[in-house]
Amino acid sequence: MTTTHDTIPFAQALEKFDPVLGLETHVELGTASKMFCSCPTEFGAAANTQVCPVCLGLPGSMPVVNAMAVESTIRMGLALNCSIAEWCRFARKNYFYPDMPKDYQVSQYDEPLCFDGYLDVTVETDDGPREFRVEIERVHMEEDTGKLTHAGGATGRIHGADYSLVDYNRAGIPLIEIVTKPIEGTGSLAPLVARAYVTELRDLMRGLGVSDVRMEEGSLRCDVNVSLAPPGDPWGTRSETKNVNSLRSVERAVHSEIERQAAVLASGGRVIQETRHFHEDTGRSTSGRSKEQAEDYRYFPEPDLVPVAPSREWVEELRATLPEPPSVKRARLRAEWGVSDHDFQTLINAGALLLVEETIAAGVDQAAARKWWSGELTRIANDRGLELDSLGVTPDDIKRVEELLAEGSLNDKLARQVFDGVIAGEGTVDEIVASRGLGVVSDDSALLTAIDAALAEQPDVAEKIKGGKVQAAGAIVGAVMKATRGQADAAKVRSLLLERLGVEG
Amino acid sequence: MATMDGDLVRQDASVLAQAMVEGEVSSEEITRAHLDRIASVDDRVHAFLHVLSDDAISSAREVDRRRAAGERLGPLAGVPLALKDVLTMTGVPTTCGSRVLEGWRPPYDSTVVERLRSADIVILGKTNMDEFAMGSSTEHSAYGPTHNPWDLERIPGGSGGGSAAALAAFEAPLAIGTDTGGSIRQPAAVTGTVGVKPTYGGVSRYGLVALASSLDQPGPCARTVMDTALLHAVIAGHDPRDSTSIRAEVPDIVGAARAADVRGMRIGLVRELGGEGYQAGVRQRFEESVAILTDLGAEVVEVSCPNFEYALAAYYLILPSEASSNLARFDGMRYGLREGDDGSRSVEEVMALTREAGFGAEVKRRIMIGTYALSSGYYDAYYGSAQKVRTLITRDFTAAFEDVDVLVSPTAPTTAFKIGDKVDDPLAMYLNDIATIPVNLAGNAAMSLPIGLAPEDGLPVGLQIMAPPMADDRLYRVGGALEAALVDHWGHQLIEEAPQL
Amino acid sequence: MTSITREEVEHLARLARLQLSDDEIAHYAGQLDVILQSVARVAEVAGDDIPPTSHPIPMVNVYRDDVARPGLDRAAVAAGAPAWEDDRFRVPRILDEE
Repeated sequence: MTTTHDTIPFAQALEKFDPVLGLETHVELGTASKMFCSCPTEFGAAANTQVCPVCLGLPGSMPVVNAMAVESTIRMGLALNCSIAEWCRFARKNYFYPDMPKDYQVSQYDEPLCFDGYLDVTVETDDGPREFRVEIERVHMEEDTGKLTHAGGATGRIHGADYSLVDYNRAGIPLIEIVTKPIEGTGSLAPLVARAYVTELRDLMRGLGVSDVRMEEGSLRCDVNVSLAPPGDPWGTRSETKNVNSLRSVERAVHSEIERQAAVLASGGRVIQETRHFHEDTGRSTSGRSKEQAEDYRYFPEPDLVPVAPSREWVEELRATLPEPPSVKRARLRAEWGVSDHDFQTLINAGALLLVEETIAAGVDQAAARKWWSGELTRIANDRGLELDSLGVTPDDIKRVEELLAEGSLNDKLARQVFDGVIAGEGTVDEIVASRGLGVVSDDSALLTAIDAALAEQPDVAEKIKGGKVQAAGAIVGAVMKATRGQADAAKVRSLLLERLGVEG
Repeated sequence: MATMDGDLVRQDASVLAQAMVEGEVSSEEITRAHLDRIASVDDRVHAFLHVLSDDAISSAREVDRRRAAGERLGPLAGVPLALKDVLTMTGVPTTCGSRVLEGWRPPYDSTVVERLRSADIVILGKTNMDEFAMGSSTEHSAYGPTHNPWDLERIPGGSGGGSAAALAAFEAPLAIGTDTGGSIRQPAAVTGTVGVKPTYGGVSRYGLVALASSLDQPGPCARTVMDTALLHAVIAGHDPRDSTSIRAEVPDIVGAARAADVRGMRIGLVRELGGEGYQAGVRQRFEESVAILTDLGAEVVEVSCPNFEYALAAYYLILPSEASSNLARFDGMRYGLREGDDGSRSVEEVMALTREAGFGAEVKRRIMIGTYALSSGYYDAYYGSAQKVRTLITRDFTAAFEDVDVLVSPTAPTTAFKIGDKVDDPLAMYLNDIATIPVNLAGNAAMSLPIGLAPEDGLPVGLQIMAPPMADDRLYRVGGALEAALVDHWGHQLIEEAPQL
Repeated sequence: MTSITREEVEHLARLARLQLSDDEIAHYAGQLDVILQSVARVAEVAGDDIPPTSHPIPMVNVYRDDVARPGLDRAAVAAGAPAWEDDRFRVPRILDEE
């Protein structure tokens, strides 16, 4: 058994091995009530105040299916180009765990509601965009578990804890599981394909309005399965990595697992079928529970529920409610915005498309919306290892900044400082401009004072300008900008300066 | 309507109800009389696990008050009832005959209890049962067996022996049981009382602690067919909290019990349940009753249900499988017994120790069998195949009911056996259910009613009537007719012959 | 027909979270053979062409509207709990991460 943490560098790993990926995502539906009972689902309630005999699994309790959950699942399946089952059942997945009130989970086993679909994703490469069709095995309904907190240990995690505490508020929340078929042929693009798939899935779900799909809040969860094998060989043993809580982590988890498994295989070792735990801070995963002894879930059809048999009429009604398919929408936006394929793909890769759309909907010019989201804000997000939509910047913030820019109260540089403030949680755009004193100095007399001071410091420059070398004005303008901490409008300073010197600009 | 004569506790529910309407007696008097009876005999019968003396009296008083104020009350208002300890009742101990739930007081009412309360029925207490309804003798209760009032050394049947014994001992005129493989009908047969398993989905299972979800049904029990019908009408009907609950209207069972007329009906004798190997006295009384039905104007024919032979085998794969899953929740984490939590043990250990300490031998046996039958590699051959036998049995019933209106058989192969006789021989115990199981597998309705005493031991014998799904009223039509003829013949109800306690 | 081994019984006991005694484990190996007889019996008729019945009375599409209603009072929930701390069910330490 190998306990080494060796890895083989990514590029090298891919020279020897082909990766096969599998992605399992869970989407928490935004329904008003739980999957099998009427308990409320609002986030953040006091522990154990959103429970009832059904979701607590009290003796004698019985489940009743939430119609909206079925409807949402069908819409999700249709959006993923799946077939919708004519007849399917729930099944019990039996295992013991303290967050499981009944010690079985009501799920679907060999009869998922939706199956055999696909999602096309595009990945930017050095040779241009490449499209991958990720095939979807199934989309099915199940219920979430309660939440455990671990007490008494050093880390707050399970290992080393003295005991645990359970809150069943989230037990029974509707969860929709989406499982891909094995994804082959991605090669070195595997991490990007994985990330693109989850991003695309997320945007699709948001567009359907079925869930908030926020990875950092747990309403979109992703387990990453990776296996490696020499080209042409049968597929290798796969590992499963959990605790992948952001789009970036999806990419990193695939990347690091390829490196790790390559090292194991290259040294003649055997990859163990196991569940691994991803660590945000290191970008690596550690070994969790070995799945060699696969748990026997003893699935059987749930006898307390009757089959789900959506009529074809209902399915077509729901199909008509689907928003425009992403590819069609993207083509339309690209044309509307007059953007190059490359620039458009950059937006998508940054996870910015939806945000740009929302910003435009808020009333911001599309070029400005794009500029901010794919420019400065993406830069900041990458620096801090955050997702764009968890920065805390809203479309309305951008709208306000653009308004201030248009009226000359802010310039570009100051605008960036405003965004810094928004991200730091200092308040609204206007509050930050005031508290940080970021307004552009528009008072001419103040500017002239600064200009005179700069001229006094650099008398030779003044002579040059008067002598016809207007470009030399830049040095004075620069000095004034510095003196006003960038809070002057450079063009205005220049024109005032030239006027001061009696020179035509 | 018969007028009351003698003891309040020896009256039919319908007679008591009428007497209250006419102002002859109050619910409180009736309730007190029954509580006194319980206090007097239950030390020997042990039908009750929990008696709700104070609650029952205050409920009774409330009914009396409302009646006196001129409110129109339902047909069973103010009548007392015994409730099998497997249905939840807010704030009242519900043990299911098990140590694992000792002391547990549910925070919610089962639908059955809600309906009983809405009908102003007075609940006297919770009755004894085989642990988690697994058994045919009530010997597997963690709280000691119940004794058959006909002979205290004998079993009262199971799993609902407590409810049946309470009726037979005149501790209550009405009772609620639950039936998964005969647990209402077989106790009725061996105690000389009436019990009905409604069509699956006819009575809500919300609040019924599940044994085998696809087989369980709560049902009415009483000493007469009419009383049973009145109770059936109270508890039956669609419940949106039970997804398997039937949406159709409840048929007019009280009307059918009143009509009690079999003229022109076709009645089928099931060849495979014809009584080969059954006790002689059981067969004799059965044949006599069949003759009576013919005299009453029914046409009796023999039908064959060849797949019934496989019913027991299918049942003993399906029930433990579903039960093993239903009983998983008893792990010591959220309610009930927790054993072995000394601060050092892991949750896995504490769960296992709790279940080992909390469950009796029969429950553990069936959990083990069920876990095995659902295991990977075995599902298709075990649980999966057993579900196919269900299809075959359903087809047999469907074919039979195209030819006849109801089917009949003896309810159980023997009269009440002695406590201790079969408790160590599970296979022998399982054979008690041989006639009752097919109905649970197919989901249709069945009744057991008393048809006499076996000559060799003087113990009650029951006849089972089986009706198509949703045709529960036919049970009462046929049962009512047969009962009337028998009572006419005997000059009294059979239960009057039970020894005085 | 193979009999059920001691190892299988131990495995089942673990799956079912039953801390069986040695005597019980030995006892069950024999007991569970009962099930094999049932299996053989059922196999006689359970052909491939026969659909299984999971619900005795055929019904489909039973749903509930997506409307939230308050559940149980927390006090009622806590009242039945074997151990309760910080508004939560207290459970012994967990060894295996799920």
